[in-house]
Amino acid sequence: MSNGRKILVIGELDQKGGYTSLSGELLGGARKLADELGGSVDVLLVASGNQDWKNLCRGADRVFVIENPNVTIFDIDTITTVAEELCKKNSPELCLMGQTDLGRDVAPRLAARLDVGLCMDCTEVKYENDKNCFVQTRPVYGGKAMAIFASSLGRLQIDTIRPKTMPPLDRQEKRSGERVTIADDKIKIQGNVKLINCEKNREDGIRLEDAKIIVAGGGGLGDAKGFEILGELARVLNAAVGATRVPVDEKWVPHHMEIGQTGKIVSPDLYIAVGISGAAQHITGILGSGKIVAINKDPDANIFRVSDFGLVADYKDALPILVEKLKGKAA
Amino acid sequence: MEIIVCIKPVLDPDLPPMKFSIDAQKNCVIPPEGMPAVMNPYDALAVEAALQIKEKQKGKVTVITLGSGEDVQRKALAMGADEAVIVKVEGLQEFDGPAKASLLSCAIKKIGSYDLVICGRQAADWDLGVTGSMTAEYLGIPVLTRAKKIEITDGKLRIERITANGNETYETVLPALVTVSSEMGKPRIPSGWGIINATKKSIISWSQSDLGDNHRKVLGRNPLLKLYASSNERKCELIAGKNTEEAAGRLADLIANMTGK
Repeated sequence: MSNGRKILVIGELDQKGGYTSLSGELLGGARKLADELGGSVDVLLVASGNQDWKNLCRGADRVFVIENPNVTIFDIDTITTVAEELCKKNSPELCLMGQTDLGRDVAPRLAARLDVGLCMDCTEVKYENDKNCFVQTRPVYGGKAMAIFASSLGRLQIDTIRPKTMPPLDRQEKRSGERVTIADDKIKIQGNVKLINCEKNREDGIRLEDAKIIVAGGGGLGDAKGFEILGELARVLNAAVGATRVPVDEKWVPHHMEIGQTGKIVSPDLYIAVGISGAAQHITGILGSGKIVAINKDPDANIFRVSDFGLVADYKDALPILVEKLKGKAA
Repeated sequence: MEIIVCIKPVLDPDLPPMKFSIDAQKNCVIPPEGMPAVMNPYDALAVEAALQIKEKQKGKVTVITLGSGEDVQRKALAMGADEAVIVKVEGLQEFDGPAKASLLSCAIKKIGSYDLVICGRQAADWDLGVTGSMTAEYLGIPVLTRAKKIEITDGKLRIERITANGNETYETVLPALVTVSSEMGKPRIPSGWGIINATKKSIISWSQSDLGDNHRKVLGRNPLLKLYASSNERKCELIAGKNTEEAAGRLADLIANMTGK
């Protein structure tokens, strides 16, 4: 029996029309917190068209939907306004979003409009019963440190959540909420910002976020050609290929391959870091890896402090040997 | 074109991890010896973006900093900014994004007329990524975030950015606020002449009370309970061998075992 305390999740859908994995994690995390609070979970979605509502309503108590086909996930102003109205009407204790392009834009603007607390890129949100507050943990200084911030209940707290930190919704969860369409007159389509064009990424191969094995290259590769050599290793291991920020900034590889604080958060079983120095902003993105193997010609590189196995060698010498031996084993 | 750029100093993000340490009592980073603070790298890109616009169309670039940061302002002036404003603040926590945005918006209003405000997408210390968006909200102007390219034609602002969705292009009207990301490029290094000229440019200093009553009180809705160093260390086993070939061979065996080959 809910005591009226609410948690609002702003969810996002993938191309198949189901929740993104991060949204599934938010829903799971929100459900767990709501149960601790004795409260309920509301979700806000932008979803016009046919959806699997049975799937989308599972785990929530109410799912608010912006069904107006003129509103897309790019309409940050509109989404923020709808969220603002929902928060004013329902007074949730907590509003959770993913640390995604949408979350990065909506969270601060919503916090400004409602004049409430805000924590970005949280790796943990806990309810402390005895202190009647939430505590949020988030990485700072590029991941070199962690900071814990408090927020009192009784006033909304907005948190964006890092991928792969909250547990997804329990498979046993039977609760299914009601779907509530947001009336068109409540959706003020704000005119100031127009999306002129969106060219989708051509992300070839295995998605980094889902990959079980990742081979990644850093500034130590020296040039774009280094990624061709890396690609050979990736092929033989059936691995996804990633990069740190340096190769992206140098334009050796496209942005969608970036792993780290301003790129993707990954958690493969095996992560092979080649020519990567081990800067905090990158390491923060691979902490969930099962095993980390580093190949770097600098024995003092920081990467060796955060890896399970290391090879001090020039990748140009080491990688062809690795590839040959591994090909031999696969045969 | 009147452009305002918000800049601040941060602990050098390239600080070797061994030099990073925290004062557990005060919950703050101990300033490392011999490594002065630097301009937040994204803010340096913001200055660069402003200067590029100034070069294309006539204009003036003013940089604003809250709290301490004269060195960083001198650097911006040396890069080519025209004027600098420092706002002395009291009791402002560096991690209090909402309070900083509120103060910045009041300082910008006090500067008066502007066409464009440019900020870095986030600061390399507290990594909030909120100041730009919140400042825009408090100013009541549109905001476009994480831009890699800025174009202004006929009072219209267009930005391009790269996101998880792909390459996006947005358009809005001026005045507006833009935050910039590393895809924008590299900031210029001040020339010798730039550095000399910088000493002749003015740094205007305001106190918090000069901003008037409109600014919200410094709120601190999210007190910092604890700051501690991350412990991401793993016990690394170095693969040995009498030469690279042998060691690499051993590594191949290890990887084959791990991946079930």
